[in-house]
Amino acid sequence: MKLSDVMETLSLRPFTPVADPAIEINGGYCGDLLSHVLAAAAPGDLWITIQHHTNVVAVAQVAGIPVVIIADGKEPDDATVERARNGGITLLGTEESAFETSGRLHHALAVR
Amino acid sequence: MRFEIRAGDIEYGGSASAHIKAQLTQMGIDAAVARRAGIISFEGEMNLIVYSDNGGIVEVLVEPETIMIEVQDEGPGIEDVELAMTPGYSTAPAWATDLGFGAGMGLINMRKNADRFEIDSRLGEGTRIRCWIDRPVDTGSGEQEAS
Repeated sequence: MKLSDVMETLSLRPFTPVADPAIEINGGYCGDLLSHVLAAAAPGDLWITIQHHTNVVAVAQVAGIPVVIIADGKEPDDATVERARNGGITLLGTEESAFETSGRLHHALAVR
Repeated sequence: MRFEIRAGDIEYGGSASAHIKAQLTQMGIDAAVARRAGIISFEGEMNLIVYSDNGGIVEVLVEPETIMIEVQDEGPGIEDVELAMTPGYSTAPAWATDLGFGAGMGLINMRKNADRFEIDSRLGEGTRIRCWIDRPVDTGSGEQEAS
């Protein structure tokens, strides 16, 4: 499923420019403990979390995660947005919970 | 590549590791190896920021057959290394756990992503961790087994 379709289906709003709306999203990982994300997320996964600080960008870069969805209406500060922009990481936001977002994404990927 | 990491410098935490991974990728290092090196470095870098007295050094040596990542500080040292290597065990302060650090998986992630892992820690002296990753052997393009 293309990132642009994921964004539309889940009504996600971008905090950064969307680096590549055409990339294929095939899976995701949900979690707020950074070491668990590094251990368990696969390269290319979309990451759903309520963390929204600068280190999230570094984790995404290191783990090969192109897109992070920040759930629960949390918003990254300017430094985080800047770092994501420079690192080619796309940060998206939703008012919904990580549970709700994960469920909807999982469903969308399963029925495509 | 050598990076000085300052204790408590959470704002820039992970920048060195993101840089290391990007550099390795640019050098044409295998993507999976570069990723593992980045994860090892990230965990080491964050340990220096969260736990070290005065920061420390992350150094990466690229050799023809291996990549070695060394993370070194001058204290406080780990009292019980075996305990520190237990999944879920953490002494992270609340400010760090609030940010998603201190899951008690850092050293384990380092060991898991390394082909060889060494840790040497002394109370009051410091900690040195060295991780080696074997680089895949390049067998050359188009080489096939004789039929």
